[in-house]
Amino acid sequence: MILSLCICGCSKDDSSQIKIGVIAELTGDIPAVGASCKNAAEMAAAEINDAGGIQLGDKKYPVKLIIEDNTGKADQSASSAQKLITQNKVVAIVGPNASRYALPAAEIAESGKVVLITPWSTAPKTTLDSKTGAPKKYIFRSCFIDPFQGRVLAKFVLDNLKVKKAAVLYDVASEYNKGIAEIFKEVYEQNGGKVVAFETYTTNDKDFSSQLTKIKKAGPDIIFLPNYYSEVPLQIQQAKRLGITTPFIGSDSWGSEELIKLCGKDCNDYYFSMHYAADASTAATKKFIEDYKAKYGTTPDDVAALTYDSFGLIFQALKTAGKNDRQAVRDALAKIPQYEGVTGNMQFKEGSGDPVKSAVILKIKDGKFTWFANAKP
Amino acid sequence: MAYLFQQALNALQLGSIYALIALGYTMVYGILTMINFAHGDLFMVGAFFCFLLAVYLKLSFVPTLLFTILGVVIERLAYKPLRNSPRVSAIITALGVGLFLENFTLALSPYPKHIPALIEHTTWTIGTVSISSLQILVIVLSLVLMLILDFVVQRTKAGMAMRAISWDKTIVPLMGVPVNKIISLTFAIGTGLGGAAGMMYGLAYPVIDPYMGIMVGWKAFISAVVGGIGNIRGAMIGGFILGAVEIMVAAFFPSTYRDFVAFTLLFILLIVRPYGILGKPHPQKV
Repeated sequence: MILSLCICGCSKDDSSQIKIGVIAELTGDIPAVGASCKNAAEMAAAEINDAGGIQLGDKKYPVKLIIEDNTGKADQSASSAQKLITQNKVVAIVGPNASRYALPAAEIAESGKVVLITPWSTAPKTTLDSKTGAPKKYIFRSCFIDPFQGRVLAKFVLDNLKVKKAAVLYDVASEYNKGIAEIFKEVYEQNGGKVVAFETYTTNDKDFSSQLTKIKKAGPDIIFLPNYYSEVPLQIQQAKRLGITTPFIGSDSWGSEELIKLCGKDCNDYYFSMHYAADASTAATKKFIEDYKAKYGTTPDDVAALTYDSFGLIFQALKTAGKNDRQAVRDALAKIPQYEGVTGNMQFKEGSGDPVKSAVILKIKDGKFTWFANAKP
Repeated sequence: MAYLFQQALNALQLGSIYALIALGYTMVYGILTMINFAHGDLFMVGAFFCFLLAVYLKLSFVPTLLFTILGVVIERLAYKPLRNSPRVSAIITALGVGLFLENFTLALSPYPKHIPALIEHTTWTIGTVSISSLQILVIVLSLVLMLILDFVVQRTKAGMAMRAISWDKTIVPLMGVPVNKIISLTFAIGTGLGGAAGMMYGLAYPVIDPYMGIMVGWKAFISAVVGGIGNIRGAMIGGFILGAVEIMVAAFFPSTYRDFVAFTLLFILLIVRPYGILGKPHPQKV
């Protein structure tokens, strides 16, 4: 049996362990993201190894992590992927997290025919072929994508908040903000809502008084800000100074503790969509959060939870495939019927690396993110 | 009408900050014909200074303004030694100082910072127009600073010396004017105004980061050019014009067109008056 594994497993030089690569932003512009990713990866590997490893056929194999730092650079992300594939001969790769780094690494993994799961890249094009626009074969993710979020929020505002007049203020120079804003407007208006003001600004703007005055004049019942956590507090505080009392709503870019630090009391009682809630109730999520806290002393953020789920998906695929082989893992991963992760249930769409899963709506209560609802469009 | 009045208030607030920074550019240019590229970053340091004093020393509002003016020290360390070097060296040093300030702040802490409210926030609503205490503070304080500056330059001996140096640097020392002292004083005032603007900007837009000075610095520089670089009243007018154009374009056109329309208008203005609104042409003597 072991002999037969060695013959069909084409790319391994020693068959005693399963090698999984991790590409994380350990240094560079978003070191907090890389650290969470690395922590969760090490925790996932330690858990499975403590249980003896992964059962392949009639033997258990331990998991070995090979962690690469992409230094927060696109070119380094590509060369890290290249190194993991050709030199370390990993069976699958987790990371990079940010879309701008995930994209170049995904191109390399796709051409090298190795599974790459990015935990946190929500840009649709990460899993799409750049030339044909068809889904890539080997690239998966464990998070939802941007257009999904726009739809979820539009439905949430209409169905749960029962508000029919909305305004949007977004950064027109940033793809993420622009994508969500446009989908939100489209879905909101299709379902009977009306966007009374659709205002823009450009990255690094600090003065939004003109746009906000315009929004105030249009008289919306809610204002949607699909913008980054460093800009949202400015927008909300300026709006309040202009006498705007309308509530605000946001997207997963709000989901950083920094938002609370910068915003103080001004952001209380607003809602935003997110990958997972740290106070959620399922047993698996609770256990993950407790274990993570015990090990690292902090509450796991969305990156940590999504990385943990990425590993869960790979472990499951390995078990189903029954062999340490790249192609077999890819085929098994694409066919996972339903995976219960710490960020919710997920399943890959037919022929696509984007999972079908639900988002959560969080409410900011007394400076804390609290779970409010699960949302599916 | 109320909408127009509200937007005019917004424009005054933004314009007064541009005007304060533009003054720093124009004063240094007027006296040394050198563009102080580090000025936008001095403005950023002013905002960070305000943050440090407010958060760690719990200083109230007035001492913060005084401490901000300590930005003057940078002039003594970086520019004074180069007083007699070619102008190009001074400009390169200015660029270097700007990069140093940005990266030094970045090295200390790369995360954006929040400046706590140093004064009580109140918003008054008259009809549909909302005026905040902060808006009034920013507008009044900058106008007062500008009036003081105008008085100093037009009515005092030091101001007369400044104007004389900007007129002719070679003859003035022969009349017994201490040129070096006056140049230092000019830098000091310019930097102080930049620092004060940084503080007010930090109060009005309370999230600050090490790169905040770049874009605002460019816009203030453009204000100075539009007003006529080297002319102090011109810089004030230029700042208010740029603020008004930016706000009004976003108020009546789709906000995406703001910078495009604003800068096209300024471009046309410069074609009509190449030396700026109050600038005077200096014919080159061959």
